[in-house]
Amino acid sequence: MSVGELLRVHGKPPREVYFDLENSGYVPREVVEEMIPYFNSVGYGHPSITHKPGWEAYEVVHETKELLSRVLNAGGLGEFAIVHSGTEANNLAVLGHALANRERRGKILVSAVEHLSVIHPAELAERLFGFRVLRVPVDGEGFVDPEVLRELVDRDTSLVSIQMVNHEIGTIQMISELSRIVKEVNPSTVFHTDAADAFGRVPIDLRELEHVDMLTISSHKIHGPRGVGVLFVREGLRLEPVLRGQLSSERLWPGVENVPLIAGFRKAVELAFDGFEWHVSKTRELRDALVRGILERVADVLINGPSDFSKRAPDNANLSFLYVEGEALTVELSLHGVYVSSGSACTSRILEPSHVLLAIGRRHEEAHGSILLKTSRYHTVEDVEYAVEVFPKAVARLRSISAARA
Amino acid sequence: MSTRIPLPYTPKVLELFRSPKNAGPMEDADVVESAGSPACGDMIRLYLKVSERDGEEVIERATFESYGCAANIAAASILTELVVGKSMREAWRISWKDVADELGGLPPIKYHCSILAVGALKRAVRSYYGKVGRRPDWLPEDLTIEERQTLEEEKMIERLYSGQGFRIAIALPRSGSSGQGA
Repeated sequence: MSVGELLRVHGKPPREVYFDLENSGYVPREVVEEMIPYFNSVGYGHPSITHKPGWEAYEVVHETKELLSRVLNAGGLGEFAIVHSGTEANNLAVLGHALANRERRGKILVSAVEHLSVIHPAELAERLFGFRVLRVPVDGEGFVDPEVLRELVDRDTSLVSIQMVNHEIGTIQMISELSRIVKEVNPSTVFHTDAADAFGRVPIDLRELEHVDMLTISSHKIHGPRGVGVLFVREGLRLEPVLRGQLSSERLWPGVENVPLIAGFRKAVELAFDGFEWHVSKTRELRDALVRGILERVADVLINGPSDFSKRAPDNANLSFLYVEGEALTVELSLHGVYVSSGSACTSRILEPSHVLLAIGRRHEEAHGSILLKTSRYHTVEDVEYAVEVFPKAVARLRSISAARA
Repeated sequence: MSTRIPLPYTPKVLELFRSPKNAGPMEDADVVESAGSPACGDMIRLYLKVSERDGEEVIERATFESYGCAANIAAASILTELVVGKSMREAWRISWKDVADELGGLPPIKYHCSILAVGALKRAVRSYYGKVGRRPDWLPEDLTIEERQTLEEEKMIERLYSGQGFRIAIALPRSGSSGQGA
């Protein structure tokens, strides 16, 4: 199979709009330009070696952490471990905790809609060390019920991991309340939140979130380069590195820091937080126009996740188009230059639809027709108008040949 | 998202997905058979018009409807092209591998798309002879590999719903009304 041939047949659509920001996205020029010098003209050294290129590299690492500390109001509260992806940060949180507490074991509670980079390490901790993993159920919009959580936490609960914003359906959990409840029942339980899809979208104040012990961030979710993740670790928390090797400036992750990418991430953070409120409101307006436009023009569409959009991340739209299969729709939209993803089983390795959509009670045939879109401040009104024009055509064509029409 | 896998479709798959041949229902079909289900995320319905020529049943026309991924649509489309003009006996010999080969190959995880298409064809052939009340000597009683695999896929979804095999979190019934964590 020649992927080049596939791309040639696909061709370049008249207009291209990328809404698959869940699965990665483009990096703006100013972020790319920030990275380039660090490959060959400054800071290309190892940040833990005593020479100028090393100190230049260390400056990037150090300044990035200072910046994170400012935007998250985390001064003096703990450390930021820079790792190589959000997945690694979640692995460090869950498995690092399990390693450090493997003698005591106990229960690990994760919400049913967590990212797989939380769920799978938790299951590994169960297999390797004998922790017991419980999935905290969610309601039809993805919310964890605080009272259900209160009942599930007990003196044997070692770790609770609940994401701040769901990566697929945009549900904003009340992390402040959920973490407080966990500590009320068991002050020694550790609380982790995966904030990869919250960072840059909803305000996060780590001084106010006093019961949050660990928090995950991912660079590519904010138009930074892929390959940088961050785990905030509150002062005094017991955590062991998961990977072993030469430690450098990171106490919790071995290997040489990827300074050019970290410099790019730092720039992406600066850009995201420079005019945060404006970015969020622009993102929300575009998302609302996109959803409204599609719902006005296409029948038989379900909204997955909170229907009250004030309880949903400003960038997230997740819609199920009945009677069409999501993977086919991603290909059809791609031929028109609209790039999205689907929670359909047909895009997955094991032919199982999105666990998030199943956890909120969607039937398989509803999950198969799901499409996930995310807007950002880099989109324009014209991008949204183009997508709103393309969606009805794409859905209509596939419905016209569908074997599953009502 | 679930665990992802790259799906580098062949140009033929993309072409047939974009411009499928023989798509849509057939009003005067002699036989209509389906394979798969919406819950599986994969379903093909095949329509055949059969006529007799020199004492043999020949597939005069074939159309399909598909609920499924791009590979599913392309497999159904190429199958209709493959069977038209063939006798039922010749059509019976088409295997899922023939369909995949005609598409220039399929990613292994998409083999089931061509299996489903051929599964629908074999069901249609059996159904046709069931209707006319005669079983030709070349038509075996035992199910073919495609029919068995199609049944297997259809059964898998029942197992998923009954909670076996996969660990699916079930949302507990809620005591409060909306309770959006406020």
